[in-house]
Amino acid sequence: MRFVDEYRDAEKARALSAKIAGLCEPGRQYKFMEVCGGHTHTIYKHGLEDYLPESVTLVHGPGCPVCVIPMGRVDDAIALAEQPDVIMTSFGDMMRVPGGRGSFFDSKAAGTDIRMVYSPLDALKVARQNPDKHVVFMAIGFETTAPSTAMTVLRAEAEGIENFSIFCNHVTIIPAIKAILDSPDLRLDGFIGPGHVSTVIGCRPYEFIASEHGKPLVTAGFEPLDILQSVYMLLVQLAEGRSEVENQYGRVVPWDGNQVALKAVGEVMELRPYFEWRGLGFISHSALRMREKFASFDAERHFDLPGVRVADPKACQCGEVLKGVLKPWECKVFGTACTPETPIGTCMVSSEGACAAYYNFGRFSRERVRQASRPEPVTIETGARRE
Amino acid sequence: MTEQRQANWAEEAVREHAEDVHDHELAQYPSGVEHPSREQQVLDRIEKARARKPKVKEERITLAHGAGGKATQSLVEAIFLDSFRNPLLEPLEDAAIVTANGTSLAFTTDSYVVSPLFFPGGDIGDLAVNGTVNDLAVSGAKPMHLSAGFILEEGFPVADLRRIVASMAAAAAAAGVTIVTGDTKVVQRGKADGCYINTAGVGVREPGCELGVATARPGDAVLVSGPVGEHGMTIMLARGELDIEAELESDTASMHELVAGLMKADVGVRAMRDATRGGVATILNEVAQAAGVAVVVNEDDVPVRAEVRGACELLGIDPLYVACEGRLVTIVDGAHTEEALAALRSHPLGAEAAVIGRIADDPPGLVLLNTGFGGTRIVDLLVGDPLPRIC
Amino acid sequence: MCLGIPGEVIEIMPEQPDLAKVDVSGVKRAINIGLLTDDPPGPGDWVLIHVGFALSKIDEEEARAAMEFLEGIGQAYEDELEALLSSKIDEKG
Repeated sequence: MRFVDEYRDAEKARALSAKIAGLCEPGRQYKFMEVCGGHTHTIYKHGLEDYLPESVTLVHGPGCPVCVIPMGRVDDAIALAEQPDVIMTSFGDMMRVPGGRGSFFDSKAAGTDIRMVYSPLDALKVARQNPDKHVVFMAIGFETTAPSTAMTVLRAEAEGIENFSIFCNHVTIIPAIKAILDSPDLRLDGFIGPGHVSTVIGCRPYEFIASEHGKPLVTAGFEPLDILQSVYMLLVQLAEGRSEVENQYGRVVPWDGNQVALKAVGEVMELRPYFEWRGLGFISHSALRMREKFASFDAERHFDLPGVRVADPKACQCGEVLKGVLKPWECKVFGTACTPETPIGTCMVSSEGACAAYYNFGRFSRERVRQASRPEPVTIETGARRE
Repeated sequence: MTEQRQANWAEEAVREHAEDVHDHELAQYPSGVEHPSREQQVLDRIEKARARKPKVKEERITLAHGAGGKATQSLVEAIFLDSFRNPLLEPLEDAAIVTANGTSLAFTTDSYVVSPLFFPGGDIGDLAVNGTVNDLAVSGAKPMHLSAGFILEEGFPVADLRRIVASMAAAAAAAGVTIVTGDTKVVQRGKADGCYINTAGVGVREPGCELGVATARPGDAVLVSGPVGEHGMTIMLARGELDIEAELESDTASMHELVAGLMKADVGVRAMRDATRGGVATILNEVAQAAGVAVVVNEDDVPVRAEVRGACELLGIDPLYVACEGRLVTIVDGAHTEEALAALRSHPLGAEAAVIGRIADDPPGLVLLNTGFGGTRIVDLLVGDPLPRIC
Repeated sequence: MCLGIPGEVIEIMPEQPDLAKVDVSGVKRAINIGLLTDDPPGPGDWVLIHVGFALSKIDEEEARAAMEFLEGIGQAYEDELEALLSSKIDEKG
């Protein structure tokens, strides 16, 4: 596959890995946060940590839109699905996410009509096909996904479709990064920036991270070489004493983002005063809701929702994991009470949550895995040996 | 502030594992102690939690219970095996091995509820015969006779039923089996999805045939008989909800000849499995757990058709978990790897067979993947069906 | 956080100009290109697909430059190694 396979090349990875090792100052520990859950998924799916020296640690950030939805919002969505003559539509990602009283799958088993869709436009299609029902779309996602929801609402308005509304849970990435930067117990050396969010918002919104907080940020693509290259670019910046915003993912991310997409979002949605993020708490101006002008497409205005907050169990240490203070396996309930089957905290919820990725893909001593998987001694041509 | 309450299920889960949490607190080392040992403690704790007797916590059956992953495993072990327990059932292989008048028989059953009933490459009738024939074949038996039970929905077109039955007759003839008994029930409109079929089958085993995933041992080779995931992806796309077009056909086929050829080649076959629901990854996990070995797979060696890969990338699904209906996963003595591969490739169904990995001794119970990128990771059991994802 | 897959535009749908048929490794789907009205893609262009929408047109020039950099790193590493070796040999000599 073009633009995919060439970024999964093991040989280039080895050269880059050697470069990365060469850039690390002896005795210094480096901690970089990949903000985006998609990056976390790539890192584990391809076993990327095998290419990083011990002194480089990747901290898995809060950029998983499924994980950060508070349990109370899932309960609200299920309450919507329980309304008479409602069809709830959702991306597959949300189906297994438990709220305070179970998941979409549990609700479906109890008799509600919840359908999986690939695109918000497919949800609109369900509305067209079922004029006697009201179709709600469970909108989740960062700035990457919000434009698709906005375009779908604009389309629904143009077509005069009245039996369609959005349960808007779109969130914005910058306030979450700010919340992390403001956390007192956090020590990070730089950020791997979210590539697909940046196709929409561009790279400028990150400039405060470099200028005010003195941390370099490299916007990165989602293939493993993309991530390895951004680690390299971060280390070069640190070695040269720079902190700038750089774009590793220039093939997809324009520096100024996608103005058409931003305009569509701005037309249909506005910032909420505050929104609760699982694991991080309430963050101001961190989420979107439908504008008054589009009230007829707003499920929150259409229906009366319980709006009850559900507290995460006290034993859950997701907040610390999200800030990189704890490694997933250092959490008290990791792998015992909290597993991908019964995810207690946000990081275990979706396959790109830090804990789920670690549990599914990396749950073993790396040294033992390495030994088992590569029994033949690998001969590395090093200068020392040739000498 | 808004009203607040607790998630009872989550609090219960924490309480239930309180003992483990307590262990964890005891194991808190003073700072300065090396991490790996602490990590190992955590990993041991997880293994302990995983080894617990499976429980079905849900109040109702969900679709995950039928998906072939962890939820299915819990359901089978906690509800069915717990009540029916006997030595013939306990191995939970594709077929039970029973003896009648000194003859060793393989006996199996399977129900078919595919939607849509007709799809590129076959229909529910093909599946109902081939699936059961394959379960017998991989148990080392020559498939002989099948039963067929039909649950039909009021209003189901007779023409469709004729078409399905014709497929079954053709598939049975191709597999050299006869359908010798059956049953028909009709349920009210809306109580079934047109047509469900159950088949059971018996086959005769060669004397002295010792097969089973528990017999895999370090040094063995792992092979698949062809590209993976075609059936599952064909069905997912044939449902039409995803609006994705691809030139894909189900791989449904009866593997009795392929299996017979492999057994005849005398290549030290330890185990064979029909990679259906849950895909190749699920089979390999069963091998790792049953035999207490590590299964090491090379990602680049697993054959996957370009279209299956494209659809998987688009939907965020791993082809290792996508169902096949005519693909064999087999573990053979490592000394005979090449002969086993040649035996599979000599049959048209195995033309694209490949060696995808090997059995190692450590870490026991795990499937490891050498990724194409040159890294390593675990391949775990899925919780439920692979779902299309956006993130 | 967001699955985005590159695909090649095969055709713009004649009746619905905001839809394009896009090919991903032999798999085809109609994708909405309404977010790319500033620089509409045509057949042969590659786009990044997310939830049924094209979010961005892939810049082939940028992709080539990035690939050259990656290839260069491998070469530069070899060269440096060579240089290091010869300088050490010189010292000894």
